[in-house]
Amino acid sequence: MSVLVYTENWDGKFKKLSFELVSYAAKVAEMLNTSATALSIGKVETSELEKLGKYGAKKILRLEHDSLQALDNQAYTKAIVDIVQQTGAKVIILSNNNTGKALAPRLSVKLKAGIGSGVSKLPLSLNPFVVYKRVYSGNAFAHLSIETDIKIITLAQNSFELIDISGTAAIENVSLQLDGSLVKTQIKEVQKQTGKILLTDAEIVVSGGRGMKSPDNWGPLVELAGLLGAATACSRPVSDEGWRSHEEHTGQTGKIIAPNLYMAIGISGATQHLAGVSSSRYIIAVNTDKGAPIFEAAQYGIVGDAMKVLPKLVEAVKEMKSK
Amino acid sequence: MKMLVCISSVPDTTTKVKFVDENKKFDATGVQWVINPWDELALTRALELKDTSAGVITNVTVAHAGPATAEPTIRKALAIGADEAIRVNIEPADAYSVASCLADSIKTEAFDMILCGIESSDFNGSTVGGMVAECLNYPSVSAVSQIHMENGQPVITREIDGGKEVLTVPVPFVAIVQKGIAKEPRIASMRGIMTARTKAIKVIEQAPVVPLTRIIQYELPAKRAACIFIDPENPKQLIELLQNDAKVI
Repeated sequence: MSVLVYTENWDGKFKKLSFELVSYAAKVAEMLNTSATALSIGKVETSELEKLGKYGAKKILRLEHDSLQALDNQAYTKAIVDIVQQTGAKVIILSNNNTGKALAPRLSVKLKAGIGSGVSKLPLSLNPFVVYKRVYSGNAFAHLSIETDIKIITLAQNSFELIDISGTAAIENVSLQLDGSLVKTQIKEVQKQTGKILLTDAEIVVSGGRGMKSPDNWGPLVELAGLLGAATACSRPVSDEGWRSHEEHTGQTGKIIAPNLYMAIGISGATQHLAGVSSSRYIIAVNTDKGAPIFEAAQYGIVGDAMKVLPKLVEAVKEMKSK
Repeated sequence: MKMLVCISSVPDTTTKVKFVDENKKFDATGVQWVINPWDELALTRALELKDTSAGVITNVTVAHAGPATAEPTIRKALAIGADEAIRVNIEPADAYSVASCLADSIKTEAFDMILCGIESSDFNGSTVGGMVAECLNYPSVSAVSQIHMENGQPVITREIDGGKEVLTVPVPFVAIVQKGIAKEPRIASMRGIMTARTKAIKVIEQAPVVPLTRIIQYELPAKRAACIFIDPENPKQLIELLQNDAKVI
């Protein structure tokens, strides 16, 4: 009845979401009186793999294979299914990020395993196996019973606290028979942003809406984000107008995020926008209209013009940092 | 080439979500049903590709799995410009039952490109597209933000953490599409609405599939405490609260 967690790496490194996943998997394993095994695919140094042990993985399987260099959904599915069968894992945990969303549904069909996706809590019960997930774009939650022998969970990012148990893990190299002809994905070009805090990884997000009035007014917002180590985001009208890149659009049809702090500057807070940010721990809002729906979602609010409030916020953060 | 767009019928995104039967059932009273926003963008892109492909793409079909009550939503897709529509007549029980019935119904139709929206705005599962691909044993690409044609072949851009990859996969494939795939959903023209009225929706019967999951109950999000307002002349107070009370900066 072991728990298998797939820990993706980025150029050989793990990040916070990897440790969240392992912390979560270790807790689920504890509930089931078993242990968590992490699966790592690709080239990752032993010292990096050991970090997974700190958060509770008892065993780490390192799989390197020529056919698994780039993400090909069919090849990766085949590999993970083989590992599930070798280990007899009954609970499989992935992130609800792009990779998890690409693989979990294929694994589900291949293993006839029910899937709870975007899960944000530990299982509510084990028998039946019930998970807690976001539905209706954050306007509700569901208790979902997974009714198959093998269960798949994809964990919502930033929904589970890291638990550093200072543990150690046994690292085992595994190999598989994988036919290279299985790989159908041909990567032609990779474009990477560097040095930017990713919106989905960020603990603090500073986001601007129509209240920013023009694409030329973002200087203080970007400065505030820089001072706070935050990522920048925007509402849909802003990305539709081309004021900011569509990669920054948070909301129902954009990125769904759950940072510790979401600062909505000049955003009225339409249902579709809130759908993308309602899982944030703290929401603060700056808006000229006291009746704007964003204030119903926010813990702290300032009724005022973003253009006037932003420079003062920048000054206040500078002062805080100088202390 | 033939394209298929899988569409889900969802409550209008401004719907006030409520439940009945001790929170076991969604309250559909007075709800407006629409094409799932991502599926609508997928359909828009499929039609754009067909329009600009100089005859390479000959047909865009939409498929929906669900009861006859979804036909108005399917007709909207026809009005926007889909050439044909398929409705798989099942009572959807979970993502797997939808995906396997869809896959079974279309496997003999030889679609080259199947587009699915990344998630439905009601169950937020992000699973049907990948499941359809696995049921058909087709390659799939997820997090797709662009598809264009180059020398008659589709070229796909997918989002990765912190970047993008431009790639190809051989047809037939399933692309699971998201933000970026089309700018604005295409709006039905008057002529489109008129012709959609008389287009036939092909109904395919499928035996019910045993679901893998079941929703036991729903709950509404906990009400947030009332917003604490801070003097706009003194935002310093906000920074202090965030630092000392919320401890998030």
